[in-house]
Amino acid sequence: MKVSLSWLKEYICVDLEPDVIAEKLTMAGLEVDAVEDKYDYLANIVVAKVEDVKKHPNADNLSVCSVHAGGDKLIQIVCGAPNVQKGMFVPCALPGAVLPGDKKIKKGKIRGEISCGMLCSAAELRLNTDASGIMVLEEGFLAGTPLEQALKISDTMFEIDLTPNRPDCLSIIGVAREIGAFTEPRQKLMLPDYTLPKDKIGKKSIHDYAKVQIIDSDLCPRYSAGLLFDVKIKPSPFWLQERLETIGLTPINNVVDITNFVMMEMGQPLHAFDFDEVAKGKIIVRRAGNDTDFTTLDSKNHKLESDMLMICDGERPVALAGVMGGENSEISDSTTRVLVESAYFNPISIRKTAKKTNIATDASHRFERGVDPDGTVKALTRAVSLMAQLCDATIAKDYIDEYPNKSVPVKIDLNTDVLNKRLGTDLSRDAICEILRSVEFDVEKISDVHLKVGVPFFRVDVVRPEDLSEEVARLWGYNNIKTSYPLVPAIGRPLDQKIVLRENIRHIMTGFSFFEIINYNFINENSCDRLNLLDNDKRRDVETILNPISDQMSVLRTSLIPGLLETMKINISQQVDTLKIFEIGKVFFATQKGSLPEEKEMFAGLITGSRSDQSWHSKKTRIDFFDLKGVIEGFFEGLMIKNLIFEKIEDESCPYYKKGYAAVVNSNDTILGTLGKIDEKALKNYGLKQDAFVFDFSLKAIQDLLPRDITAELLPRFPSISRDITIIVDRSITVGAILKHVELISKKESLIEKTFLFDAFEGLPLPEGKKSLSLRVVYRSAGKTLKEKNIKQLHVNISQSIVDLFHADLPDSQEIR
Amino acid sequence: MQNSIIDIEKQALESIEKATDSEQLEQFSIKYLGRKGELTKYLRNISSLPEDERPSAGKNANILKTKLEKAFKAALSKIEAYDDKAFTGIDVTLPGRFVQRGSLHPITQVANEISDIFLRLGFDIAEGPEVETDYYNFEALNIPKYHPARDMQDTFYVSENIVLRTHTSPSQPRAMEKTQPPLRIIAPGKVFRCDSDITHTPMFYQIEGLMVDQNVSFGDLKGILTTFVHQFFDTQTSLRFRPSFFPFTEPSAEVDIRCVMCKGKGCRICSKTGWLEVLGSGMVHPAVFENVGYDTQKYTGFAFGIGIERMAMLKYGIDDIRKFYENDLRFLGQF
Repeated sequence: MKVSLSWLKEYICVDLEPDVIAEKLTMAGLEVDAVEDKYDYLANIVVAKVEDVKKHPNADNLSVCSVHAGGDKLIQIVCGAPNVQKGMFVPCALPGAVLPGDKKIKKGKIRGEISCGMLCSAAELRLNTDASGIMVLEEGFLAGTPLEQALKISDTMFEIDLTPNRPDCLSIIGVAREIGAFTEPRQKLMLPDYTLPKDKIGKKSIHDYAKVQIIDSDLCPRYSAGLLFDVKIKPSPFWLQERLETIGLTPINNVVDITNFVMMEMGQPLHAFDFDEVAKGKIIVRRAGNDTDFTTLDSKNHKLESDMLMICDGERPVALAGVMGGENSEISDSTTRVLVESAYFNPISIRKTAKKTNIATDASHRFERGVDPDGTVKALTRAVSLMAQLCDATIAKDYIDEYPNKSVPVKIDLNTDVLNKRLGTDLSRDAICEILRSVEFDVEKISDVHLKVGVPFFRVDVVRPEDLSEEVARLWGYNNIKTSYPLVPAIGRPLDQKIVLRENIRHIMTGFSFFEIINYNFINENSCDRLNLLDNDKRRDVETILNPISDQMSVLRTSLIPGLLETMKINISQQVDTLKIFEIGKVFFATQKGSLPEEKEMFAGLITGSRSDQSWHSKKTRIDFFDLKGVIEGFFEGLMIKNLIFEKIEDESCPYYKKGYAAVVNSNDTILGTLGKIDEKALKNYGLKQDAFVFDFSLKAIQDLLPRDITAELLPRFPSISRDITIIVDRSITVGAILKHVELISKKESLIEKTFLFDAFEGLPLPEGKKSLSLRVVYRSAGKTLKEKNIKQLHVNISQSIVDLFHADLPDSQEIR
Repeated sequence: MQNSIIDIEKQALESIEKATDSEQLEQFSIKYLGRKGELTKYLRNISSLPEDERPSAGKNANILKTKLEKAFKAALSKIEAYDDKAFTGIDVTLPGRFVQRGSLHPITQVANEISDIFLRLGFDIAEGPEVETDYYNFEALNIPKYHPARDMQDTFYVSENIVLRTHTSPSQPRAMEKTQPPLRIIAPGKVFRCDSDITHTPMFYQIEGLMVDQNVSFGDLKGILTTFVHQFFDTQTSLRFRPSFFPFTEPSAEVDIRCVMCKGKGCRICSKTGWLEVLGSGMVHPAVFENVGYDTQKYTGFAFGIGIERMAMLKYGIDDIRKFYENDLRFLGQF
């Protein structure tokens, strides 16, 4: 909200510097976002002396003036004002100036004559309403003096960012009251005169003309109305227009301007009806019921809902209560009788209506936060009184005040010890009284520590003792409260294993040269299609956001893979084409409607690009499946999860992987996740060309497999010996199957320590469809140094069983030994 | 046989002559003098010679062995001497076989740093769902439906009563429902608001803090948060507590720190105020305690919420929050 210092000073005596006022308001909870000079718009407008005036050669009504506007040279300005004369001192807008109404001043030609600026009228400078000719200044100024300085005008605008709990400060008087609380010595508010001007009060009674009936008093606890006759609609006087314009409101006519002025002054929204348009002189306040639509005064039509509160006349709705008036009863130039509404509406009802009709007005903003239920008549009197003066109107001798739901004043029992304990302060009872009274709380001392505090009606935010503690704290000053440190029992709880696991994963992966990324939880609604997921895939159970930022972020992710691919794309577009990335984050599966989705935490990653860049020691080589598999093997070893089994994915469960290039990983019969090469079709769907390899694991599955205890094993005391076997088998035989076979044997033969593949080969001179595999078996005994004879037969047995089981051949000229 | 030893001598000496580096010499040494070398083989075969030839053959072979050993040694020291003079070492300016370090996302790093500060103060970590019920996100926190405070946060809705949590504050009632005081928790996590520009992303991170016990005061809140700011920035950073409004705290306070860019002189980052708003806090509102069944007469508490991006931006001088979620590796690699 914008307020000007000069307006504030109408209600409070304050001689502090604007910056100090801003600081103190901020520290009292009214955050001042900006402090501005109201006349900033007069920049580049200077006092100029007219040195010569000639008739414009091509236009009868224009003059070509030579003016001195500072500096050494005279400048030429074309002027249309009838009153311009040689020797005058006038305001001159130089190129670069921006006049009210966003009128930019530039150097240019007018009917062929150069014009280097503009001589201004007072109206053009928003200094008064005089637009008849250029503004004539007193003589004796130095040409070039900034106008603001010459006229000795100054004012400050404060932009206040009000929190929603303080509707009482949505008015100049409300802000002035806050300023009053920090003036020293404390100044009292100077409120406007609420008595009606006697000479303007007529003989007619409002009751003979108008009747107010509140049907739905739950939504409208109070409705006050005043009536004016012989109203003359015209523009407001300058002072009123200026007040409104400086805080960003557009003047319309005297009646409407006065309703706005009083709202800004006192915080009570008002509405003026053309009383001749109010059928049967009746105001009926009721829910919309069967009325289906309504046209507001901005000519927009709105669908009504049955529980929206309407102001109706004898026949039809005339206003969307508390939100906006209707086109059918608005003030026009020909209006002569005006009914002024000053009411208190239920905040929730107003908010619902404003939300549903998507109208936000200054009035609805105040009503939905809560206005002073006690203030309707005061505001009505103020408005009617101003209208009598500024619209030459006569006031009905009385007014209507329907108040079926009387507001009950809030009284709070305050224990000052409890308050001090909550704040960590040591304020005396009297100091607390003094602080509360400074913002118009009514305080009664009951005992040494007990106060009875009456809350003023306009403070709708204060209902509990804790609310009073905030009042005391903010006015005493948060920074005057002593900093202390809580004394607490030194009990600690162990960290959640999930948190520890995440940290371990991060350590391992960054050690493996991976970068952690974080993607949004929402993804494109077509992501499931782009991954080619089957129709019955669980990942199609997406939760949709009802009000997304865009289609690209309209559903909650059910997989981290789309984010990984998008990240790959962004980086490749920035010429970063080798990536090793991972993400830990949640995915979401829709459950029943109206229930929370299932949240599942995943750990996924992607590698793409080259294994090593070209350098003096190696050639550039591309990453392949086994680079990723190696990472995964190393990763699980890092977590001490053993017995990993990689099984080729044969079904259609992960259609985003290239067929035959993907595996599911499990350990001890628990599926951990998958890894594989991204299918060309999926790549294409993401606008990608280069090979990408992805893994996708469940954090919960990993956590379940973490070893509970680690027990140190004795180191072997005797050396091992190794024996190799090379076999030629069908391509379809997997290494995994052979190793598993040896592992089974090793369960019975304690001398076998481990077996691993050290060479694999396909191609000539091997026959088509065959491959050669070389395995090394390491033997060790816990009790002695092994000799050839100890293992010879065992190795032959192992070799023979492999040959038999897998129909293997031996390389030429070799035999089992 | 005599010929044979002469052959060995001839070949061996030629080899020594030809050798240009110590490695070659070593090879020859193995070939002639090694365990399976020529000369060793010859010596082993002596037993197959006629008895009268054996002594002289043995003698000759041993003479040759000594001779060759000497010759190898001499050749070796010659080569080594030559190596020392001509070879100046490797080119250490050649690039090494670089091992890329990975990195944690800057948000993770800053979140960890903040969590660690509070863990040292004895706080526990609690976590909650990212998709929340209207109840935990709003109602339990004293934000009824149609309260204007709902405008303070643009909410993403999944259904009428299910939202993407707009703050980490739902962790407060969730934790309090599970545990009786005393309670000290922080709850880091993702939060969501319908907003996107240079200072807002639709998803961002917060760390919630909550402490409940008997006799917890606003002064204690100031103490804990001052400690936090001093540890995260530096102990010289001045801070101020400013009245504000959150429906779930009373009194509520924003915490500002002296602008870390201009040290309070006023700059673009602090909008010329010299202060930076870094977190929101306050004493837990009694309505929140009532909602979880805590005794409002017995217990008081404070809560706070820290925006992690804000902290990271200040710490690393980042001016566009969206950078965090573009995941450009050239950006991520800087931290």
